Amino acid sequence: MNLPEPFRLLLFVLGTMAFVGANAAYLVWVERKGAARFQRRPGPTEVGPAGLLQPIADALKLMSKQLIVPPGVDSILFRLAPILVMMPAMMCLATIPFSEALAARNINVALVMVFAFSSINVMAIMLGGWASRNKYAIISAARIVSQNIAYEIPMMLVVITLVMMTGTMNLREIVDQQAGAIWHWNLFRLDENPLMPVTFVIFYICMLAETNRAPFDMAEAESELVAGAFTEYAGMGFGVYFMAEYANIVVGCALATLLFLGGWQSPIGVWSGIPWFLLKMYALVFSVIWVRWTFPRTQFYSLLNLSWKILIPVSLATLVLTAIMMKIL
Amino acid sequence: MNGPLINVWRGFRSLVSGMRITLQQFFKPNVTVQYPHESIKMPERFRGHIIFVRDPDSGKSLCIACKSCAKACPSECIVVDGVKREGEKKKSVTEFKLDFTKCSLCGSCVEVCPADALRFSKEYNLASPTKGEYVEIDLVRRLEADKP
Repeated sequence: MNLPEPFRLLLFVLGTMAFVGANAAYLVWVERKGAARFQRRPGPTEVGPAGLLQPIADALKLMSKQLIVPPGVDSILFRLAPILVMMPAMMCLATIPFSEALAARNINVALVMVFAFSSINVMAIMLGGWASRNKYAIISAARIVSQNIAYEIPMMLVVITLVMMTGTMNLREIVDQQAGAIWHWNLFRLDENPLMPVTFVIFYICMLAETNRAPFDMAEAESELVAGAFTEYAGMGFGVYFMAEYANIVVGCALATLLFLGGWQSPIGVWSGIPWFLLKMYALVFSVIWVRWTFPRTQFYSLLNLSWKILIPVSLATLVLTAIMMKIL
Repeated sequence: MNGPLINVWRGFRSLVSGMRITLQQFFKPNVTVQYPHESIKMPERFRGHIIFVRDPDSGKSLCIACKSCAKACPSECIVVDGVKREGEKKKSVTEFKLDFTKCSLCGSCVEVCPADALRFSKEYNLASPTKGEYVEIDLVRRLEADKP
């Protein structure tokens, strides 16, 4: 398609917003249905066929509620935080290619940009917690910062391991290198680096932690901290946080798909395209939901132990081993 | 170095087996009952409030208005009255009222009935904003309203 640049830009902005919005709304439905299936109950059934209109009903409810700004909060930061949480997820999608032709921007440092923006997310949740003037929110904000910093390190280390292999940070080129068949995907390229599955598992765990998903959902530890950093938020303020969580999951899963599962490349070598990308991405999203409804929340210190005592040493070891292997072999 | 690595591996395997178990549950049928749309069939010995047993021949109540149940009732929540109709051997019941707000479902009335005219119903959907409906449950009218 050869559209003039401003139109192309506008289309991608609208497309990204629609994609993020639809995903955030309907992943809530998927989550509830999935949770219900794992617990062997039907889940939402009343609103629309199979409860399909439930997200719309939820959104209407949240939007009709008053946006309470409690006295004593830092009102600018308090209002800004939900926007700052939602924005990075949308920004990240600007660089994520859905297929050979469908990408808002094909830039060479796409990977760096995704990580740069996704770390704003941490700051935004922390700001929300800090601005709330609520002790639970502040405890939660402190936890989020230490958790996300702890998990960003192993995530970066495994991504560096991967980039050492691919030699590029351009997401489209990374996917192009994985063309062919299933054994060309980075996850299964054991001939080049037998440690790839370990790298993927670490990346996946870090992604769960970065998106504050169970079993690492310290941001919203309902049983201990009321609703964590979101305690003081009402109505759509809370709704935006909720949507941002799912938007971040989508970004995380898309990234995992691009880096490890061959993006839009088909596993049999022919008919590559967007459907494969979406299929792989939603399979990963399903696994995220599956993990949430399998494991209980970890304790905070064991969460940090997992990162500092296991993930960081293991990812450092894979980095060093990969470097040695690349030098010798 | 061997110990911690084995530990990590064991932990990872236990996580995977946990995931396997939840996935197995995922594909099994629901165990819940969506109450207003469907409900469980009450078991044989469930005790709802008492109702009349219908005489299979005449379609009327078997009650002979002997008032044994009213006497047996520890909470005195049964009021019975009957008349002897022309050409009938037994008395027949004209009034049988149960105060369900007092009844403790002890079953003495069912046990004592010489004509086996009483049984427990299977009704459990009992809710009302006023107690009037349950202060006087009219068993005679219920039997008539519930024509076979």
